[in-house]
Amino acid sequence: MLCSEGENMKVLDNMVMSRRSVITAGLLGGAALSLAACGGGSDSSAGSGEASGDFKVGLICLHDENSTYDLNFINGFKEAMSNLGIGEDSYLIKTNIDESDACYDAAAELVDAGCKVVFADSFGHEDYMIQAAKEFADVQFCHATGTKAHTEKLDNYHNAFASIYEGRFLAGVAAGLKLQEIAEAGKLKGKTPKMGYVGAYTYAEVVSGYTSFFLGAKSIVPDVTMDVTFTGSWYDETAEKEGANKLIDGGADLISQHADSMGAPTACENAGIPNISYNGATVDACPKTFIVSSRINWAPYYEYVVNAVKDGSTIDADWTGTIGTGSVELTDVNEAAAAKGTAEKLEEVKAQLEDGTVHVFATDTFTVDGKELKTYEADVDTDPDYTPDTEAISDGYFHESEFRSAPYFDLQIDGINLLDTAF
Amino acid sequence: MIHIVKRKEMPFAHAMAIRFGVIGLALIVCGIVTMLTTGLSPIDVYGTMVSGAFGTMRKTWILLQETAILLCVSLALVPAFRMKFWNLGGEGQILIGAFAAAACMITLGNSLPAPVLILVMLATSLLAGGVWALIPAFFKARWNTNETLFTLMMNYVATQLVAYFVIVWEVPKGSGNIGIINQSSEAGWLPTLMHNKYLLIVLVAIALTVAMYVYLNYGKQGYEIAVVGESPNTARYVGIKVNRVIMRTLVISGALCGLVGFLLVAGSAHTLTTSLAGGRGFTAVMVAWLAKFNPFIMVGSSMLLEFMSSGAGEISTIYGLNHSFGDILTGIILFFIIGTEFFITYKVVFSKKGAEQHV
Repeated sequence: MLCSEGENMKVLDNMVMSRRSVITAGLLGGAALSLAACGGGSDSSAGSGEASGDFKVGLICLHDENSTYDLNFINGFKEAMSNLGIGEDSYLIKTNIDESDACYDAAAELVDAGCKVVFADSFGHEDYMIQAAKEFADVQFCHATGTKAHTEKLDNYHNAFASIYEGRFLAGVAAGLKLQEIAEAGKLKGKTPKMGYVGAYTYAEVVSGYTSFFLGAKSIVPDVTMDVTFTGSWYDETAEKEGANKLIDGGADLISQHADSMGAPTACENAGIPNISYNGATVDACPKTFIVSSRINWAPYYEYVVNAVKDGSTIDADWTGTIGTGSVELTDVNEAAAAKGTAEKLEEVKAQLEDGTVHVFATDTFTVDGKELKTYEADVDTDPDYTPDTEAISDGYFHESEFRSAPYFDLQIDGINLLDTAF
Repeated sequence: MIHIVKRKEMPFAHAMAIRFGVIGLALIVCGIVTMLTTGLSPIDVYGTMVSGAFGTMRKTWILLQETAILLCVSLALVPAFRMKFWNLGGEGQILIGAFAAAACMITLGNSLPAPVLILVMLATSLLAGGVWALIPAFFKARWNTNETLFTLMMNYVATQLVAYFVIVWEVPKGSGNIGIINQSSEAGWLPTLMHNKYLLIVLVAIALTVAMYVYLNYGKQGYEIAVVGESPNTARYVGIKVNRVIMRTLVISGALCGLVGFLLVAGSAHTLTTSLAGGRGFTAVMVAWLAKFNPFIMVGSSMLLEFMSSGAGEISTIYGLNHSFGDILTGIILFFIIGTEFFITYKVVFSKKGAEQHV
């Protein structure tokens, strides 16, 4: 089904012609046809997608900029394109692409439009990206959050993630400082500080995220506990809001979330409960309760890939961005809500993470069923039976995002209480 | 006084001229809205929508496939609608058909030869969809329950059932994602005809359109449906078993929705998600109404809606406009079309004293 661009244009011309004659014949065809005739007269109909020769890049997004998750990708993408000097006419963003054959179709259309690299942002896009990669061998397909590149072993299919657990850990430190401040003011809801966390699924990416957040807080307030609830969706504003309210009613002094709507931050602002956000600052909507947010900055990855394609070097099957690559970021601390000295403390811990004196998943900082872990086989290679296959603990810490970019920490550690695990 | 009066039959050519004129008017209004809200030239925007739908062979085929799927759903709903049974459960019937097909692919993918597997999937999908529609039909026939609410509620049951099994079959654990089923073996996948992965579904839709037209207009059952729709009492009087017709028609309606679920799983998406039906069960209601339940006109109305949808995607990619903008344009065009039908069927009469006007 690959047509050259010349052929495409010819087909378009023919179709416009035939459509015109259909209409003059007065046959019923509905508005589609008359719309078509209207546009057919203008030469701009091909949009910017048909110019050949220059370097084009495409991005496939599950939702649009109304989702904090997709907005984060779109912002990173535009930042990278601007840094690379790739103009608006040379990149294409397809939004609201379902995790179905719509993703394959979108990828194929981007290839048709001349893209040399196609990125996709949602986990469920992975299989369709692989399908496209097998068909279009001379185009690079780069999928964020996926798990299969290291086992598929295709030259043009790649996964990427970031060590966001380090960002979550830092955000947890900010949470711990806030809890400490609340405790010192004697305003804790219970005897010990308690946090609430709204997660999407019981997926390793979420487990890794809330555990690192919890451990960050625990490094400041050792007696902290946390309730976690799951919504069963990556984007469900109502469920996220209800989840946050449930956690607040359950005695949470502070809330964080790993889901993509404004549901949880809004619930916190309404209830006056401090919130640690994700994907980007929610300070505009929540000026009184937003403390800080961790986010993955995807721009460094996009720049890395595009530069690699341009000079023909190999792209890693798995690429994990770090604080060092500029991929893991914290937003500015909102002084109106954060504890005093948060920004300074975050800088200090960040330096320790970077030089390796602090490891997020150091095994002496947490227990599982009351015991410290010495060994753990993680499920790194994706298979339908979830077979554990890789020893992840060595040198006193759990090695997250080293054997593949997507997180695989899925341990249930003590101090974290899952309210529901249906999802 | 203002009266709304039903018109006498308008000549066909006259009515068609009005319809096309109104679409032109709708485009002008859309153009004005486009200019005022975005500052873009409406001609450019329309051109982009056309290139989004037909700009390449692939885009054209994708549009045809999407049109075919939406058309099949509308065709599935039409027999029920002609009977004035408001089947709003298309969404759930599609989903349960898709679920049946996916269940076969996952559990039997390694044990049955491909053609047998596909036949088993087809049979279970038709059965599942049929049963999903038969349940509200049975309650309607037996206890005269409200079919609108009942079929709607069946949608939620189907969604939750699928949500449960997505978690049973998810890979990797906790991800809430099944992914492409049998990606390496392609067991249970419909074959590609002439190296074109979209063609088969389009052919199915064409065959179904013709078959449904013949069934509704030239068969005894089609006639029974029409009579029951006009007046159940008349139907009883002439000896039609009304309850049987209701249940039989809904089994057909549901089974065809199940067929769409089968086509989605075996023919295009090769996965199962709660959003697989994608609102088609509801969009198809509009398609059927716009076409006044005529299968051939439904080809046009389903293509219009799919064209607008792919156009909306293209203008969001090219101009960075939100998809909602495309929805606004679609809304304006539909508003005009539906308004026209009102004025073609009725006229507004202003009378001075009202009392003398007999209508």
